[in-house]
Amino acid sequence: MSFLSHTLSEIGFAGASFGILIGISPLAGMILFTMVSSVAVGSLSSESSRREASISAISSLFIGLGILFLSLSSESSSYATNILFGSIVGISSKEVHQLMILSLVVIVIFIVFYKPLAFDSFDHIGARSAGLPTRMLSIAFLVTLALSVSIGAQIVGSLLVFILLTLPGATAKYLVHSVPKLIMVSVGLSLAGVWLGLYLAFVTNWPVTFFISAFEVIAYFLGLTYKNWKLNH
Amino acid sequence: MQMDERSVKGQLVIEAKNLTKRFGKQLVFKDVNFKIDDGEFISLVGPNGSGKTTLVKIIMGMEKKTDGELLMDKSQTVGYVPQFRNVDIDYPLDIESFVRLNLKFTMNPKKRAENNEIIKQILEKTRLTHLRKRPLGLASGGEKQKAYLAQALLNDPQILILDESTASLDVEVKMQLMDLVQELNQKYNLTVIFITHDYDLTKKYTHRALFFENNTIKPISVDEISEAMFE
Repeated sequence: MSFLSHTLSEIGFAGASFGILIGISPLAGMILFTMVSSVAVGSLSSESSRREASISAISSLFIGLGILFLSLSSESSSYATNILFGSIVGISSKEVHQLMILSLVVIVIFIVFYKPLAFDSFDHIGARSAGLPTRMLSIAFLVTLALSVSIGAQIVGSLLVFILLTLPGATAKYLVHSVPKLIMVSVGLSLAGVWLGLYLAFVTNWPVTFFISAFEVIAYFLGLTYKNWKLNH
Repeated sequence: MQMDERSVKGQLVIEAKNLTKRFGKQLVFKDVNFKIDDGEFISLVGPNGSGKTTLVKIIMGMEKKTDGELLMDKSQTVGYVPQFRNVDIDYPLDIESFVRLNLKFTMNPKKRAENNEIIKQILEKTRLTHLRKRPLGLASGGEKQKAYLAQALLNDPQILILDESTASLDVEVKMQLMDLVQELNQKYNLTVIFITHDYDLTKKYTHRALFFENNTIKPISVDEISEAMFE
């Protein structure tokens, strides 16, 4: 999962610069690229290990493509900075509405597929044995992941979007042990990181992304320490 | 579970008539005939690659037969405990949450209460009540197998298939798990199909066996089971 979201954010970068090149919005380009690649990856039925190797090869290609698209387009390099590092305070109100609609789509897919998605994610073999359509579920999962990457990239940038997607979840694993609690804790940690980051950036004039990543990484190591402490007591 | 009210011991649950399976040109088994009765505790024995798991997959509808017939009442549900599971030491869910994964989603408060009751009963039946909050990644091999078993029993199956569930366990833990399965078999008339490479367990617990060899499947009695079949 962390591997996939990292790769998707790189593909998203290429998509956004492609969007700039052909004159559509970077967000649309990003969604186009991440969705198409998600469905493509989800449709492959090959073993996950082999899948990961080929994915990492493909993702290098996408970084290269992203750089190519940017250099071909006449836009200034500030666009590249925006895509890579995000620009939460620079988002227009129109874009906020777009992101809200996309987030709603993610939430609806998530609620509709909640139970089977949870079964497949936490116990793939069990889900397959219980007769769940795991291929279809993996596509549904990747599509929501692709949308989440596109949304998150607007805020923290495609370089760091995987921090918001994976670290809070990884931290939650150390603290709680049921599916609803894992969801609540990881969403809570993401929100806390973003809000605190915004506030601190406003006060200090340092980049938001720095504070968000610092918060999530510190939370992760505190979680890890807590788990180890609990194991020994 | 109301298995005891639903079925009468001795009724046929699965019948194979001239069942054949090939993967491409490779023959797995050919013209196989056998019957499995309701409430039986039957083991599938034979060398690796002889088609035991393939047969189980055909029974569960995950794999298609090539030829012949496999007669089964479609209303029967099958619980399957697979051979391998991706549960490492960092696995996040506790035992109860893991078992719960197999429940259908519902917002209806009455159904939710029923689900909670089902989970409670299953955990009691599998002797996991006191361990329900333990992270599965930290559970012992035997506790993990019990959790897998509990999850497979959740939808109240008539047939339970165990795919080498005892393979990595100590002798004592193996016996505990098999005692539990035997109890479910006797008390609730659960039909148990047990894929195994363990001679002692087969002799001690199962009523009879299907022996897989040279592309055939032969039904044999407990007395006919020999150690040579497990080599």
